[in-house]
Amino acid sequence: MIVRILNEGQWELSDEAVRGLNSLDEAVDKAVAAADQDQLGKALQALLDRVRSSGTAVPDDELRDSDLILPDADSTIEDVRALLSDTDEGLIPN
Amino acid sequence: MAGIFQRISMIFRARTDKALDKLEDPRQTLDYSYQRQLELLQKVRRGVADVATSRKRVELQATQLNTQADKLTQQAQKALEVGREDLAREALTRRSGLQQQLTDLQTQHAQLQGEEEKLTRASQRLQAKVDAFRTRKETIKATYSAAEAQTRINEAFSGIGEEMGDVGLAIQRAEDKTAQMQARAGAIDELLASGALDDPTGTAKDDITMELEQLASTSDVENELARMKAAIGAGPGAAPQALEGQQAPAESLPPAAAPSQGNYTQPPAFEGQQPQQAPANDGDLR
Repeated sequence: MIVRILNEGQWELSDEAVRGLNSLDEAVDKAVAAADQDQLGKALQALLDRVRSSGTAVPDDELRDSDLILPDADSTIEDVRALLSDTDEGLIPN
Repeated sequence: MAGIFQRISMIFRARTDKALDKLEDPRQTLDYSYQRQLELLQKVRRGVADVATSRKRVELQATQLNTQADKLTQQAQKALEVGREDLAREALTRRSGLQQQLTDLQTQHAQLQGEEEKLTRASQRLQAKVDAFRTRKETIKATYSAAEAQTRINEAFSGIGEEMGDVGLAIQRAEDKTAQMQARAGAIDELLASGALDDPTGTAKDDITMELEQLASTSDVENELARMKAAIGAGPGAAPQALEGQQAPAESLPPAAAPSQGNYTQPPAFEGQQPQQAPANDGDLR
């Protein structure tokens, strides 16, 4: 599975490693739902650390889609919400 | 593992697909897309340069504030030497105000440096992906039939689209942060310009410097006066020695008396004129 950390790049993780992320993922979900910035920072940090340590970095010159996209550690609640609510207008030139 | 992150990747993918929908002849639009990628790459590089400019500006301001803080420390030292604790206190109070500004600047500097590093890294990543896309594009155009090409093109587009989305976000964020910091840096420039933080070039003198200089010149005058009085009041035996050692001031003293009288009759005449001032001179010297 390919996971992208925004502003940082892509990692390839085994299915088993991805399963190991589940509990950390829930913590992030909860923090966003509760709009708890402190908690979000900590949960993201833990999640991203696990991705980096259990995955292998995808080389820069490989063109592959990610299955998951994770915000970077200093993202705010607003950043995450904006990512989710953003629809048409875009960052991608077309 | 799913939740919001899967949704985020779906959004990135949806955007990419939308871009693809606009294409009519896939092979031609490969070239067009490549052009857009190069443009974005240029934009990322400009972003890095902007952040670097802001960082350098903050560094310059920090240097100015540091110079100013050092100067205030020296002023406090001087003020204490001449026994003006009030002036020393004022100088140190101003210095602690500057210290606060400096701490803020250091925080800003660290943030800008972080942004700069991230953007530099992002620009390297995008460069590698754009290069990979160019290679893939040429292969697709040369090797595959139109029908086969479509699938390969979709793959190539989605691979680069996501990276472009990520870098686009990073640039936007760096631009926002840089704009904020430039506004704050501008405020400090204004402070420096208004003289509230004093002019670091040293062309204009602040009030503490002026007072210290006034004190210094007053005490110089007093010292000189005391020295002259001592030379005069030291008595007949000492007078010739003083004249030898310090000719300029001693000769200028008795201009009226000199022409009319001989060398060694002079000192007694002076003693007779100002006998009551001699003891006071001794006191001034110490």
